Amino acid sequence: MNPATFQFLAGIVKERSGGVLTADQSYMLDTRLAPLLKRENLPSLDALAMKLRSPAAGMLAQEMTELLTTNESHFFRDGKPFEYLRTILPELHKARAAGLPIRIWSAACSTGQEAYSIAIILSELQDAGDATWKARRFEIFGTDLTKVVVDRAREGVFTQFEVQRGLPVRQLMKNFQQIEGRWRAHDRLRAYMKFQQANLLHDLRGFGKFDLIFCRNVLIYFDLPTKARVLNALTAQLAPDGALFLGAAETAMGITDRLEPIGGQRGIYRPAAQAAPVRARA
Amino acid sequence: MTISALVVDDSTVVRKVARRILEKHGFSIREAADGQQALNAVAEDMPRLVLLDRNMPVMDGIEFLKRLRETYGSSEPTVVMCTTEAAQDRILEGLEAGADEYVMKPFDEAILMDKLGMVGLGPEGGDAG
Ligand SMILES: C[S@@+](CC[C@H](N)C(=O)[O-])C[C@H]1O[C@@H](n2cnc3c(N)ncnc32)[C@H](O)[C@@H]1O
Repeated sequence: MNPATFQFLAGIVKERSGGVLTADQSYMLDTRLAPLLKRENLPSLDALAMKLRSPAAGMLAQEMTELLTTNESHFFRDGKPFEYLRTILPELHKARAAGLPIRIWSAACSTGQEAYSIAIILSELQDAGDATWKARRFEIFGTDLTKVVVDRAREGVFTQFEVQRGLPVRQLMKNFQQIEGRWRAHDRLRAYMKFQQANLLHDLRGFGKFDLIFCRNVLIYFDLPTKARVLNALTAQLAPDGALFLGAAETAMGITDRLEPIGGQRGIYRPAAQAAPVRARA
Repeated sequence: MTISALVVDDSTVVRKVARRILEKHGFSIREAADGQQALNAVAEDMPRLVLLDRNMPVMDGIEFLKRLRETYGSSEPTVVMCTTEAAQDRILEGLEAGADEYVMKPFDEAILMDKLGMVGLGPEGGDAG
């Protein structure tokens, strides 16, 4: 591949997803884009770049960007943030008026393991809770840039390999049904959830306010200004007493002053008390 | 601290793979090729962990597990079943017989260490990443 081609394709990816591709990842373009080249009858990435220079190639550019995202996920990833749900959800339940739903956003949900993990904990809390818990409405909203993973999340059917990453067997037995060797989440969990394709770089205000936002293991792919922009936009959608969950390798410290860490919880933040009213930047 | 583990499987290949993974993570390993050998090994010295196949000659994993729990109670050792029997009712059978966790073969290091983390025997007693 011509170095200019790499620069050009990486530029498209950055603009459309925020993800930064480095030169040592150029092998990834070869492997991941091979099926696209074949389908489009293109001999090389250089030829793909040529085609993408046409103003009518927006769909193709989007497809290419989605093929280059990393969608790795597993249930209860890093454990601790999900344990913290058992602390903060009862607090939110107490703080919210009875008729109000508690809304949780899995903001880069990939194939859905994060959203289903949240749903499992919700169902356990509701089972153990009193009548007010059972009457409470919870909504889990899952979004991702990449259409194929959002479709899979909505389908809620996981392979034997996937259900063995992070998911204790008793929770598997209780919440999933085996169908032809794959595992389908019970309707009970699905009832909490809605999935939709959405880009974190676009205007997020239409999604409304959330009590909890999970944005885990996606900011690591962004450069600093993009991280700041997305963190600020997410904070604008967060309830003042809500919490934002980042991945184990991610931080908001030194990137935005609109968030402050929740004591003793690595990677969990709340809107900073003293910050000026937060507005999403478009 | 080393954790003692008994790997019970009639396949020498599986025992070898499991041994390699577990030793890498600091476990000390003994092996048994069927349920009867495993009962003998447990009587000799109680391990912290038993990694247990289901289908084996002489005495299968379920029978071993029932006898193990009858004799020694349910609290020790920790038993992780590791078998190709991946049907939901088979898994439930294993849990009812007293298994703590369940690995469906084929497994790899990530799955095995992840599962051991769930029963408090993983690296740092928790998440395997
Ligand atoms: C590594 S996965 C993380 C999945 C899950 N949150 C977890 O922690 O296991 C990252 C996801 O971010 C998505 N993504 C990348 N850029 C995005 C963007 N600009 N907007 C929304 N999602 C994006 C990718 O499609 C991918 O599915």
